[in-house]
Amino acid sequence: MDKKLPVWVRAQDNYAGKVELEHDVDIPTWIVDSSVSKELLSDLYREEKFDMLLDLCGVDYPGREKRFDVVYHLYSFSTGKRLRVKVPVSEDRCEVDSVVDIWKAADWFEREAYDMFGIKFKGHPALRRILTHEGFVGHPLRKDYDPGKRWQLEEDKIYKPVFLNLPPEEDSMFERMTINIGPSHPAMHGTFRLMAVLEGEVIVDSDVEIGYLHRCFEKMAETHPWQQVVPYTDRLNYCSAFINNVAYCKTVEDMLGLELPPKAIWGRMVLMELSRIMDHCVCNGTTLVDVGALTNFWYFFEIREEIYSLLTKCFGSRLTVAGCRIGGFQHDLPPDFIDLCKHLLEIIPPLIEDIDKLVTHNRIWLDRSVGISAISGKEAINWGWTGPCLRASGVQFDLRKNEPYYWYDKVDFDIPVFYGGDVYDRYRVRMAEIKESLKIVRQLVEQGIPDGPYAVDDYHVMLPPKDMVYNQMESMIYHFKLIFEGMRVPPGERYGYLEGANGELGFYIVSDGSPNPYRIKVRPPCFPIFSTFSRLIRNQTVADAIITLGGLNIIAGELER
Amino acid sequence: MVKENELTSPSWITSKLEVIEKWARSRSFWPLPFGTACCAIEYMGVVSSHYDVARFGYEVVRFSPRQSDLLIVAGTITDKMAPVLRKIYEQMPDPKWVISMGACASSGGFYRAYHVVQGIDEIIPVDVYVPGCPPSPEGLIFGILQLKELIKRGRDRYSRKAEVSDG
Repeated sequence: MDKKLPVWVRAQDNYAGKVELEHDVDIPTWIVDSSVSKELLSDLYREEKFDMLLDLCGVDYPGREKRFDVVYHLYSFSTGKRLRVKVPVSEDRCEVDSVVDIWKAADWFEREAYDMFGIKFKGHPALRRILTHEGFVGHPLRKDYDPGKRWQLEEDKIYKPVFLNLPPEEDSMFERMTINIGPSHPAMHGTFRLMAVLEGEVIVDSDVEIGYLHRCFEKMAETHPWQQVVPYTDRLNYCSAFINNVAYCKTVEDMLGLELPPKAIWGRMVLMELSRIMDHCVCNGTTLVDVGALTNFWYFFEIREEIYSLLTKCFGSRLTVAGCRIGGFQHDLPPDFIDLCKHLLEIIPPLIEDIDKLVTHNRIWLDRSVGISAISGKEAINWGWTGPCLRASGVQFDLRKNEPYYWYDKVDFDIPVFYGGDVYDRYRVRMAEIKESLKIVRQLVEQGIPDGPYAVDDYHVMLPPKDMVYNQMESMIYHFKLIFEGMRVPPGERYGYLEGANGELGFYIVSDGSPNPYRIKVRPPCFPIFSTFSRLIRNQTVADAIITLGGLNIIAGELER
Repeated sequence: MVKENELTSPSWITSKLEVIEKWARSRSFWPLPFGTACCAIEYMGVVSSHYDVARFGYEVVRFSPRQSDLLIVAGTITDKMAPVLRKIYEQMPDPKWVISMGACASSGGFYRAYHVVQGIDEIIPVDVYVPGCPPSPEGLIFGILQLKELIKRGRDRYSRKAEVSDG
């Protein structure tokens, strides 16, 4: 199938012997020699219009001659095609050409691959650690790195900023001053560090430091069985934990070839949309708090509290729900689920209405947000943006419509798009999306809960019901095997994706058939978005930088994993 | 001269300064939320209208360590963040107390990993540990009330330290 692609045929002609096609994979995959990788990738960008670098990561195979794979995931907006490019490199010549000058999104992704695997990127402007601290020794995601080995950060090693794009000093009224904001600063959401060079109050250049919440999700996932990774995914984007659960479980289910029962799909869709509402509530609420509009924060949190009460009823916890299991849900949905949803559908719209009246046309909010840190759609794509922030820049791209999964093609909803690309439009997109999500939930609730089981009855994956375990030998054996050995996923790899609250949430999972995942790479939607931050706030004031950060909805757990 | 009605219903009380001090301190913490992760979202829940920690008098959230006396560490502390947390703690004036909110701050939680501090008591002293991942808002409020009790009874770390230094 892939061979019919003209793009593949051309690549074969141009790079004979240097590029290979991998078979039996979820999306077309090319294995490319590192000597031509950059040339080929820039061809793909220019000729084949692969205008977005979705993800870049490393994978370690210690037994192989060429130990590391550098994996690129590309997406083309014009054709809607996806492509995976793998560039194997050996341990002693651990170097590939940087693609920062093709896709700006590569900047931080390459730094991450360097940090985690020690892969060097030739031509990268500032290849230094990004997630771990400066006193760290070694590369933690290499298979031979002990997961528990810690290093202390000494004070004299703490990073001092380097300003790469500092314009020459002209005769300005103001003397230049460098200030540090964060990481422990409420406007930096507690975990980001911004170092800015100011002229008066205007930021002429800045440097951003992240990694203060790097909790080693990917290494932890490698040391836990498949089902036990689910609670870790909760803590990626903790504002909408359920969406992460689904994204992970869906990817593994696709690897296993499981077909979910209708009830599981229905429940997942309802809860995902409610989680999306919760996420947008936190984002808009905190952004408005940053400009001093505190009242609506209470309104937004009232919405969250109401949705929490539903989640508590379903899963027993409020924030980190761990709702999904690979293969469906852990429990059945509560019997009054529909009534609770109807209650939510009654009380959320008036609250949204109130917030709308308070803020959307509020003069102070307009003055603070319109035209602030605007970015064009084309540039945003080059930086790797997805989700509400991209839609605020006029690009209609939503995986629920573009590549529908579950039943999103069967429900009626719109994709709100705004064209300003500024903080105000990011706010408006989110407000509009809350209403669209409510529309989806309403349709699903009207449809009613489908009958049938809440999970697959494949006992290689899901535990059999307790009464069967107690009464049947075979079920007991399944139970025993699952608890002690864990489930097995057939060897292979998959890039699973869905529309998270912040944009495309991708899970690149490699399995070697053992009880633990071999490698899980999360494509966090806010990682490429936040890498744009320095560019966005240039020539803006410090106060603008603060609301820009709020409007981008950067969630540290997901950004730094 | 004291008037008669003042003696029967006095508008004053006698007490020890120490008791008044403890009474005042334990009822009006100025918390500094050192929020890094999921727990910080729950902390927002605690201060927002539904749970409303203002009922107890603990709503004056101060983000400057020099203005606060209760450090609530809400979220995972990584090795990269550890020097920052230590510095914030040192900047707080005495008397000061620390609440470790959630599993990560208390013990590293389920992140037994290369970049996570296995409990903030590696770097700063802690008065009250609140379990949960994240703790429910009721849990955190209960934790703060526990601290209040400790202070009232003079069993908190600060009072005991003062006792020792007084001889």
